[in-house]
Amino acid sequence: MVDIPYEGIRGIPPAEVPDVELYHPRSWWTRYVFSQDAKVIAIQYSLTATAIGLVALVLSWLMRLQLGFPGTFSFIDANQYLQFITMHGMIMVIYLLTALFLGGFGNYLIPLMVGARDMVFPYVNMLSYWVYLLAVLVLASTFFVPGGPTGAGWTLYPPQAILSGTPGQDWGIILMMASLILFIIGFTMGGLNYVVTVLQARTRGMTLMRLPLTVWGIFTATVMALLAFPALFVASVMLLLDRLLGTSFFMPSLVEMGTLSKYGGGSPLLFQHLFWFFGHPEVYIVALPAFGIVSDLISTHARKNIFGYRMMVWAIVAIGALSFIVWAHHMYVSGMFPQFGYFFATTTLIIAIPTAIKVYNWVLTLWRGDIHLTVPMLFALGFIITFVNGGLTGLFLGNVVVDVPLSDTMFVVAHFHMVMGVAPIMVVLGAIYHWYPKVTGRMLNNALGKFHFWVTFLGAYLIFFPMHYLGLLGVPRRYFELGDATFIPSSAHSLNAFISVVALTVGFSQMVFLFNLAWSFFKGEASGGNPWRATTLEWQTPETPPGHGNWGKELPVVYRWAYDYSVPGAAEDFIPQNQPPRATQLAQGAAS
Amino acid sequence: MSAIILFLTVLAVIAGWWLSQQRLTAKPWLEEGPAGDFPGGDAMTWPAAKVGLGVFLAVASALFVLFISAYSMRMSVVDWRPLPVPRLLWLNTGVLVLSSVALQWSYVAARRHDTEGVIIGLLAGGASAVIFLAGQLLAWQRLGAAGYFVASNPANSFFYLLTAVHGLHLAGGLVALGRTSAKMWRGAEIADMRLSVELCAIYWHFLLLVWLVLLGLLTGWTDDFVNICRQLLS
Repeated sequence: MVDIPYEGIRGIPPAEVPDVELYHPRSWWTRYVFSQDAKVIAIQYSLTATAIGLVALVLSWLMRLQLGFPGTFSFIDANQYLQFITMHGMIMVIYLLTALFLGGFGNYLIPLMVGARDMVFPYVNMLSYWVYLLAVLVLASTFFVPGGPTGAGWTLYPPQAILSGTPGQDWGIILMMASLILFIIGFTMGGLNYVVTVLQARTRGMTLMRLPLTVWGIFTATVMALLAFPALFVASVMLLLDRLLGTSFFMPSLVEMGTLSKYGGGSPLLFQHLFWFFGHPEVYIVALPAFGIVSDLISTHARKNIFGYRMMVWAIVAIGALSFIVWAHHMYVSGMFPQFGYFFATTTLIIAIPTAIKVYNWVLTLWRGDIHLTVPMLFALGFIITFVNGGLTGLFLGNVVVDVPLSDTMFVVAHFHMVMGVAPIMVVLGAIYHWYPKVTGRMLNNALGKFHFWVTFLGAYLIFFPMHYLGLLGVPRRYFELGDATFIPSSAHSLNAFISVVALTVGFSQMVFLFNLAWSFFKGEASGGNPWRATTLEWQTPETPPGHGNWGKELPVVYRWAYDYSVPGAAEDFIPQNQPPRATQLAQGAAS
Repeated sequence: MSAIILFLTVLAVIAGWWLSQQRLTAKPWLEEGPAGDFPGGDAMTWPAAKVGLGVFLAVASALFVLFISAYSMRMSVVDWRPLPVPRLLWLNTGVLVLSSVALQWSYVAARRHDTEGVIIGLLAGGASAVIFLAGQLLAWQRLGAAGYFVASNPANSFFYLLTAVHGLHLAGGLVALGRTSAKMWRGAEIADMRLSVELCAIYWHFLLLVWLVLLGLLTGWTDDFVNICRQLLS
């Protein structure tokens, strides 16, 4: 940033905030462990999520080993395979992506981006992390209990989820429910903070329409999560009671192992309604923060204002609202009243409209921009392409007649991995490359970053593109081995082996990324406060990494929106949000 | 799921109304300068804790409404046998109403700077809430003694589940109420405590409302209403 003569031209005096409002740590423990500082909590969330995410990554390797080379690995049996699927899905969707986007990025970026000193309820925020950690530990403990983790599939459908014959029927399923209930309680504590901080703690001048889209995305996703997670909570509690007390909320009368079970009359369909009432918004709980973050990455690294900011905001809100009335498109084959399908197919396809608006706006932001192919930008571009691909197969699966034959095939696996696996992970990785300098004061290694990107991006396509083809052949998902089915040609088996090799390679490249994170922390090039020359407030902090309380003595005052890049006539190609207008004019005068 | 959709529609209307006050049609790229130059869009003037409670109440309502949705869906299966609601529940309801009234009293006293009134109101409210919880446990015991066990019929299961969830929310509220009372007892300034007392009162009224709705559901008053809704939507 250039030095601008400020004397005598201050806009309005920044608001003084009484010091007593801010919590101050008194010891090493309260500073780094039981910290109430949102930045520390964010890092705790991120590290915990990454750690449990690595477990899920290893599980995916084990599954791929089995699928690619069936019969070769004697240490994987059919029950374990089901357990791997279940834990991989549950961890990735909830304990990694949700926790990382909202608990990690939300905690770090919301207070900094809105110009607050911290979250509004720091103590509750701290509690949120510790409850989350407990949830993760309970989840991880299921690997060590008798019978192992549950193998019910990440959707945990009753009746099979709690019947004998499903792996983990003893302990796994009970602890899974307990862990989910804890996660939801912990998330609610954090979520209250994110929402109220955005509503109440914005600094002077930070109107809603000046918020960076990252905050809009995280904010809307949090509101959705607060309303959607109770559905999972209700489903978990009731399923837990079915399992523990023998109630029949979801359990129909059936014969179990040759004897009539104690259950009767319950409705498995009710569980599916509750589960997907949470499950579908969950897709957008992960996607909306990704949408927001990627908008900021693209604008910053293309040195151009975001195209159609208002439309982007409206689209985020519209997607958030619509995502609550599409849940039954996950249930076309569940045996629900068939005509519901047409309603839900229609709402599903309507969501494509605001989503497509966002994609067009990203592309139009890139149009004639000054595109810097930095690592964050590469990941952002990778996201757009992957999201479009995954979204297009969503149009197939959203239609009842196409979904019914494809529903239990690898096509679905390919679709949701592209759209809510790879695409959000691309954003997570891009965002880490983007904000790592702010968090640590050091740049991540560029060469390793580019290697990481290309292997991950190309690898993800080599893994998931062929899966569509497998799905169209009718290769079923969730199967331990395919056997000698005549409709599956031998080429499909070779393709499976190929996918497995690529999956292991992509997995290896993530180790390079982890090495980069650790190595750069100590040896990385010093970044300075604003290495990407970005406009948003988090890059304008007096210290890097930002100190306790974020802003020194005075809170910043915001004078403009978050996307003043390449403003004609301005001296620099970016104008920070907290730069007063007259200072800009002076700088323009100095430049001309 | 019609109940939750209805509830979300109400929330969406509220959110839409709020958003419509926020100048979402502004063109921020043209609006350079201090925010004071442009109307609207500043942070709310309510205290953060009050907004936080409001958001929490929305989440808790969603939870209860989802339980009610599940209740109304499960109810339509043939094995549903409504259980005779113990008369004790009416007494409990009265106690909970008293509890709410006491906290409202406390809040009014706080506005009048009447320290003694605040403490009396808080203690009376807390005590009657504890009596309510004890009464609920007694109702459970009586039902159990009469052979209505949690797993013997879905109606029983829901009865125990809904009363338990409501009771746990009240127990959580008692923690906050206890902290507020303890601070008042130790002689905190009444001006500092007014907000805490107000939030407790709001939460109590909310739980009273939830209880009345649940009671209507459990005693079958609302059956006709639920049936009409179901017919409208299927």
